[in-house]
Amino acid sequence: MSEPTSRLSLVALAGNPNTGKTSLFNQLTGSDQRVGNYPGITVDRHSGQVVLPKAGKVEVLDIPGNYSLSARSAEEQIAIGALAGLGPHTAPDLVVLVVDASQLSRNLYLVLQVIELEQPAVVALNMVDMLDGDGRKVNARALEQALGVPVVPTNARAGTGVSELKGAIDRVLASPAKGTPGARWAHEDPLLQADLQAVVQALPDTWKDGRAPRELAFAAWALLSLDEDDELRGVPDSLREAVAHRRRLAAGSGRDVDLELIASRYEWIDRHVAAAMRKPSSASAWSERVDGFLLHPMAGFAALILIMGFLFQTLFTWSEPLINWIDGGIGNVGSWIGSVLPEGALRAFVTEGLIAGTGAVLVFLPQIMLLFALLGVMEDSGYMSRVAFLMDRIMRAVGLHGRAFIPMLSGYACAIPAVMATRTMERRRDRLLTMMVVPLMSCAARLPVYTLVIGALFPVTGATGWIDVQGLMLVGMYLFGTLIALIAAGVLSRTLIQGPSVPLILELPPYRLPQARVVARMAFQKGKVFVTEAGTVILACTVALWLLSDYPNLSENRAAPLDARVAALEQTYLDPSERELAAKEIERERGALQREHSWAGKLGRTLEPAIAPLGFDWKIGVGLIGSLAAREVFVATMAVVYGAGGEDEGAAVATLRKKMRDEKRENGDPVYTPLVGLSLLVFFALACQCLSTVAVVKRETRSWRWPLFMLGYMTALAWIVSFAVYQGGLALGFT
Amino acid sequence: MIALPSLPPGARGRLVSLGGERAFRRRLMELGLLPGTELRLVRLVRVGGMVEVEVRGSHISLRESEASKIEVEELKS
Repeated sequence: MSEPTSRLSLVALAGNPNTGKTSLFNQLTGSDQRVGNYPGITVDRHSGQVVLPKAGKVEVLDIPGNYSLSARSAEEQIAIGALAGLGPHTAPDLVVLVVDASQLSRNLYLVLQVIELEQPAVVALNMVDMLDGDGRKVNARALEQALGVPVVPTNARAGTGVSELKGAIDRVLASPAKGTPGARWAHEDPLLQADLQAVVQALPDTWKDGRAPRELAFAAWALLSLDEDDELRGVPDSLREAVAHRRRLAAGSGRDVDLELIASRYEWIDRHVAAAMRKPSSASAWSERVDGFLLHPMAGFAALILIMGFLFQTLFTWSEPLINWIDGGIGNVGSWIGSVLPEGALRAFVTEGLIAGTGAVLVFLPQIMLLFALLGVMEDSGYMSRVAFLMDRIMRAVGLHGRAFIPMLSGYACAIPAVMATRTMERRRDRLLTMMVVPLMSCAARLPVYTLVIGALFPVTGATGWIDVQGLMLVGMYLFGTLIALIAAGVLSRTLIQGPSVPLILELPPYRLPQARVVARMAFQKGKVFVTEAGTVILACTVALWLLSDYPNLSENRAAPLDARVAALEQTYLDPSERELAAKEIERERGALQREHSWAGKLGRTLEPAIAPLGFDWKIGVGLIGSLAAREVFVATMAVVYGAGGEDEGAAVATLRKKMRDEKRENGDPVYTPLVGLSLLVFFALACQCLSTVAVVKRETRSWRWPLFMLGYMTALAWIVSFAVYQGGLALGFT
Repeated sequence: MIALPSLPPGARGRLVSLGGERAFRRRLMELGLLPGTELRLVRLVRVGGMVEVEVRGSHISLRESEASKIEVEELKS
């Protein structure tokens, strides 16, 4: 016997940003949550389940926070689509409107829009406790009578009122009429009525279900939202024409349709409910005093620098032991499997391909989760808006959004979380521009390469004797990357990624203590998204690169001399420890020889003519190919190519530095001169030597176009600048 | 009638008219900044080119250049 499969009831959670909507979502759904994507767009879709006393299991959908249903972009359009069930969205059976009691009138604007749509609704009057402190109460009963839908006072942070809210949801799900008050109010102006009626005639049939007030609400939405340059989807031309026609007529007789539509809602709100709520709450008065310091032209910027410094110090120092722990764990798993599996191609594939690839994915996790936890603290406390406030002018000079500041800074740690953090910007154009330049910021994976090259080729102290040239070079590399990123943003924003500079309207919410649950959840979910979506690509790339550099095996006649030397070890070295050292040396030579004749080695040689003008030989070419999995792999690849080894990593790098310094061309000149080093540093600073970043950008932009453009322009930029550095240096007489 | 950023910091005013492009005006109106609405200029940060206003219990910040398209009359208390 099969159970009849019926869809779970769907409850949508809507409300202004900073109303505690996410807290309420967490309170309702507990740990039973999923993050997906809205169809065809990069906006996280958070959903979960809650068990209600009567209705049983119900799905809860957290709609992105918004002030209004009207929309210009496809991202903003999600709200109307998901709440009214247009296009690919399922219509919710009930909408819970989360309302900040301290900002009642503004919050009620969205409530009215949803009630107009005839969606059964329940209002959660949140943060009531903040008002109690002032000795003022919001009269939930009066509000309920005015709106005609159940109003439940809640405090989402403390969890109070949640069971009452569940009860109200249950009641309205059982009899939807209780949450559907019908037309309590209407746009009364006869001229506006005529506009609305005319637009109703042009609505697509799929939006109509015979309910006249709902059709008027769609007409009002279209009149407010449609524009010549909006980016809305699924809007038929006939509707656009009808709206444009009515707006032209209205403008011709000196009317402002936008003002009329919005003002008639606010007039109703002001008349019926908002009178008691004029005074600012104590929280905002307190926040205002804090902002006197944090938004101060001097102290504010000083505090910002301190906070950012602390943030990135934390990001590096806290993630370091975790990364080492994961590295070590992966190494242990690898050697355990290595000891279990028989020697051969399978073992090599599992340990050096699969497990190393999984490791390459997992080592990113500490930084990603930590970064998002820290961003969560900044967002949840309300400080993030202040960062945008302070940085807007500086960022705008190069065409970036004020909110791009955080992703750009995160780029110093790793471009992958930085690209994922661009989602805090609403506009696609702003996100795209930021994603295209973030990988130019010198990430943590470039640091080992910088230190290797600088350490090998530049003196410890300069001519003056007290300036640390190596330290200076390192700081210089970071400044160089940042400068080029800003220039690239300026150029791209004026050419390929143009867009009108949109006015900035930023809410500064009152400061609040960030909630551990919200922060932890954000870190966990971002980590999961990274592993499932970017991780697979990174794993595939690592495995492919391993195949390239480990195959084909050394041919018999190339391996023969080495085998002969191994066989001769017994006679040559009598001391066992010396013999062991010599055996290791032969193995390193074998590795180097194998790498030289692998596909990667052949690619390196094929690449040589292209990179020779930059001063690079084929061995650097092999290193460059290997570093596509992750930049720091360059150091390991070079160590293999040069057969450099030692007791530990530090010793291996020291040997590698020496071998690089001693490497000679056929005519006896050194291969690595400071000029070649400089060219290599510049190349690493600018080239997109990171397929993981490409994979993440592909995921975020949902196309191959932009990641490939990024790969192309960064590689071209790196080649040209390295060429200029190397050839210019030669022309000036440096070697 | 003066531009919003010309209001002395801390002073209250009443919104008279909104200028600028349609999307900007629409968004401000939807946040409750309508002709006749009372507001307060909380601060003007010249270095960052930003103003902060308090309206209907919430704090909203705008670029100084864009806020200058909003005309207000000062309310003497």
